[in-house]
Amino acid sequence: MRYLPLSPSDRAEMLAKIGVDHIDDLFKDVPKSALLKEPVDLPLHMSEMQVDRDFRALAEKNIPAGSHPFFCSAGAYRHYVPSTVDHMIQRGEFLTAYTPYQPEISQGTLQTLFEFQTQVAQITGMDVANASMYDGSTACGEAVLMARRATRKKKAILSGSLHPQYIDVVKTATKYTDDVTVINPVETYFVDDLIAQIDDETSCVVVQNPDFFGNLQDFTALAEALHARKALLVVVVTEVVSLGAVRSPGSMGADIVVGEGQSIGNGLNFGGPYVGLLATRQKYVRTMPGRVCGETVDADGKRGYVLTLSTREQHIRREKATSNICTNAGLCTLAFTIHMTLLGEKGFRHLARLNHSKAVKLADKLSCVDGIQVLNDSFFNEFTISLPLNAAKVIESLADVEILGGVPLSRLYPNNEKLSNQMLVAVTETVTEDDMDRLVTELKELINAK
Amino acid sequence: MLNKQGRQTDIATASRLSAGATTTHSGNKGLEQDELLIYEIGDTQRCGVDLEEVGEFEDRLGGITRDNEIGLAGLSEPETMRHYTRLSRKNYAIDMGLYPLGSCTMKHNPRLNEKVARLPGLSDIHPLQPISTVQGALEVMDMLAHWLKTLTGMPAVAMSPKAGAHGELCGLMAIRSALDKRGENRSIVLAPESAHGTNPATATLCGYKVKSIPATEDGRVDLVALKAALGPDVAAIMLTNPNTCGLFERDVIEIADAVHEAGGYFYCDGANFNAIVGKVRPGDLGVDAMHINLHKTFSTPHGGGGPGAGPVVLSEALAPFAPVPYVIHGEEGFELVEHIAEDSDSFGRMTAFHGQMGMNIRALAFMMSHGADGLARVAEDSVLNANYIMASLEDVMTVSYPGPCMHECLFDDRFLAGTGVATLDFAKAMIDEGYHPMTMYFPLVVQGAMLIEPTESESKQSLDQFIGSLRHLVAEAKAGNKDLFSGAPYFAPLRRLDETLAARKPVLRWRKSE
Amino acid sequence: MTTYYSEEHEWVTIEGNNGTVGITNYAQNALGDIVFIEVPEVGSSHAKGDEVAVVESVKAASEIFALIGGEVTAINEALEEDPALVNAQAETDGWFYKVALSNVQELEGLMDADGYKAFIATLD
Repeated sequence: MRYLPLSPSDRAEMLAKIGVDHIDDLFKDVPKSALLKEPVDLPLHMSEMQVDRDFRALAEKNIPAGSHPFFCSAGAYRHYVPSTVDHMIQRGEFLTAYTPYQPEISQGTLQTLFEFQTQVAQITGMDVANASMYDGSTACGEAVLMARRATRKKKAILSGSLHPQYIDVVKTATKYTDDVTVINPVETYFVDDLIAQIDDETSCVVVQNPDFFGNLQDFTALAEALHARKALLVVVVTEVVSLGAVRSPGSMGADIVVGEGQSIGNGLNFGGPYVGLLATRQKYVRTMPGRVCGETVDADGKRGYVLTLSTREQHIRREKATSNICTNAGLCTLAFTIHMTLLGEKGFRHLARLNHSKAVKLADKLSCVDGIQVLNDSFFNEFTISLPLNAAKVIESLADVEILGGVPLSRLYPNNEKLSNQMLVAVTETVTEDDMDRLVTELKELINAK
Repeated sequence: MLNKQGRQTDIATASRLSAGATTTHSGNKGLEQDELLIYEIGDTQRCGVDLEEVGEFEDRLGGITRDNEIGLAGLSEPETMRHYTRLSRKNYAIDMGLYPLGSCTMKHNPRLNEKVARLPGLSDIHPLQPISTVQGALEVMDMLAHWLKTLTGMPAVAMSPKAGAHGELCGLMAIRSALDKRGENRSIVLAPESAHGTNPATATLCGYKVKSIPATEDGRVDLVALKAALGPDVAAIMLTNPNTCGLFERDVIEIADAVHEAGGYFYCDGANFNAIVGKVRPGDLGVDAMHINLHKTFSTPHGGGGPGAGPVVLSEALAPFAPVPYVIHGEEGFELVEHIAEDSDSFGRMTAFHGQMGMNIRALAFMMSHGADGLARVAEDSVLNANYIMASLEDVMTVSYPGPCMHECLFDDRFLAGTGVATLDFAKAMIDEGYHPMTMYFPLVVQGAMLIEPTESESKQSLDQFIGSLRHLVAEAKAGNKDLFSGAPYFAPLRRLDETLAARKPVLRWRKSE
Repeated sequence: MTTYYSEEHEWVTIEGNNGTVGITNYAQNALGDIVFIEVPEVGSSHAKGDEVAVVESVKAASEIFALIGGEVTAINEALEEDPALVNAQAETDGWFYKVALSNVQELEGLMDADGYKAFIATLD
């Protein structure tokens, strides 16, 4: 077995040193009835080449995004990741290191986290960010729990145009601790509707920007109404590239910003691993969940970084911890940071503008098709269209001609007849004009064939 | 001073010192290079990507166009490469040497796993693509589920939890849902004193109060105390097995029976599954739910603190309460159940999309490479290595509990008594010897705990070198060479860091100086 | 003005119906470098024995339980900027909060300075 260095003679020598005859003597505390006499019923070991071959066969059964015109989104976005990023995250010193609990020999990971926290705080317009969460949806659940700790109130209000799976995750995460209400499910929220729901028991309102359907809004008024009631505004961003083009949640008065950072540096990966962002204002730092990296000096006075504020965390605070979270999204934060460093201010804003301009172009092309309606007044790089046909069937027909045409809303709202003809379409920098024209042509044909 | 090859080692240092130069102009020392922050190297105008030009167009941003500078620093591609390469060299890693962190299972990360996880057909697929276009991905999930169920002897598995602690939450939510369905309002979760901190933190999230169970003198759950604590108010016990002292809970079946008899459930923290994989099936021990840290037992890279993955195997009693999504075999291939049917008992959804697919692929590649035979060998070699370390150090360090241990061995700091060397200092001196220290001060049940987990990845030669270093340090401590420890590390990229300063005045981001 | 002490190493100095509360020098020494102190909100009330404050060092967090009940009338704002004050002057400038006593009789059972001195001599 190529991964196991011990030879039979090593094993014999080591057993002798320990003073036992047989390896199973070391398992003597296991109840006899439970110690297996032979291997479990699974295949035996395989060569590297064989395993490689098996996975290639599995991969062949999927249609990868890169080989076809691709327009899917709804919380996961396909962007071009520069080659440097994947090379760097495969360096063993990053890939095979543990959590940086020994700072003297972990400065690589720690300094990168410090850069990551700074980048996240900057794009969200907040004071501080943590060293990441599992993903955007779980970060959203943590934000609601955090708002309870910060306000000592437990009534959270979620906008109905928050990603429906995020709504489900928040409901699950807070099932036994908070009261969560969802306002206007499936509708683009109106700030006034949300304001009308706020009372003195409210801990926070959670909104998404751009929202699940792609719409953009300003929440300054909502933030003001919340602050007047000592409640917090939580803003969710699932497409962080949008922050290069639109005003930051911080500038609108957000108290907590959570995001899905996958768009920067990380591939689609069928939904994970991704990287959750969580940023907040200085005064709420100690109610923040998760790991945090901070600056300090070493015994010689040299600048260095350590994990800090760890008394909030489970390994010290146990049942009183701010969260049960233990890991972060380590390597995915590294990918985020390297990609963001390559972009810089100039590249990030250019990338955002490029995405938006392409989306505008496709929206215009689709608007010209009889029967198709673009439902958004505003959007960044994804928008909702309605068709004269069942959208899920349209998506299947498009897949048959090798176009991954978007996400039908029925995939996320299965029991809502009103939405069955609607789909989300996204355009990133990876989409070409040819891709757009193919989509438009095929949609036209499907509509005409009706 | 002579090195192991009998060569003089300190001539260069001595000559440099006699030349009067203890520092360099750059601050660097050969391959050890100082590195500034990106914000101090780059600026907002520099960029390491080329993007197509954007022509004039009318934006549809709804009047909220960004109107201020973000302040992001950019670097060109070569600068970026150099910056992160330099930083990487300041990290210790499994690829460099033995990483004896108890309870973390720092084993070799095969690169085959990285390679297959990057196949476009497995990495470049969207979670919401039509199901007909992702049959291979669903097959991977189904295969991994089959391996996990077979290895644990459990009938069901929830695949979506994103890490160990997330898996704990999944397991306890299933337990609470099952109790709710029975109409029982139990409020207590029992956990041994030696439990991971995530256990009580998770129980609290499920609205439970945690009651601690004492340990016996041989480091195991006190069965008498446990039985006395059981009652109609106990929802579950959370037990790590092998436990955090590196010992197998001999009475585990009796514990499970007692908990079940009292109407509670047995949650097993699977953090230490590496010691028994392929040798013992938790299902045969009476477990109702157990998370499996794919990043431990099945070697998905730790990546400097994540991402992890924490699928949870469930017993027949808890399976109906599993969260969405899950894969089923349909008439036209695999199907993905993403929504909770009205008659379903599923407790909800733990994450957007379907879990840590990238980690699933790596773990499955690891399992297939080892096979049923190789995985049992993994358990055996990891246990053998830990016992070998214990046997080789027990005459100079204090073993907390008599062996055999499982895949990790626990020492405490009694052997340092009277030397004036603190436990933490001892750990920091290991850094100078070229090792990452073992897990310190955990578990909490022994004073000055030092928990060593070598894993199956270490050769005998590597273990002997490690043992040699530890024996040397113990001898130095006993010889009264305190400075070797109190000032350590001397040879790391940085000396001891001031954690008090960091916590008193938290500086959590870079800011432009005024 | 009299100062009382508890076996949990807290002190309270009484002036009329008002008390000033902190932790003792012995306690700060045992806790090590203090990095943060969470004090109760002004205007909040608590009973004797309730958790009122948390003292954090780098690797530990210790709950402080009220040695007397009452309403918090002031907090030591200097601690937010400089938690090290508790290490330096635990029993003077490092006070935590001021409280309007709800029941003066709760002071019975606490120790005086000599009693506390004798008590800590029995520890270690």
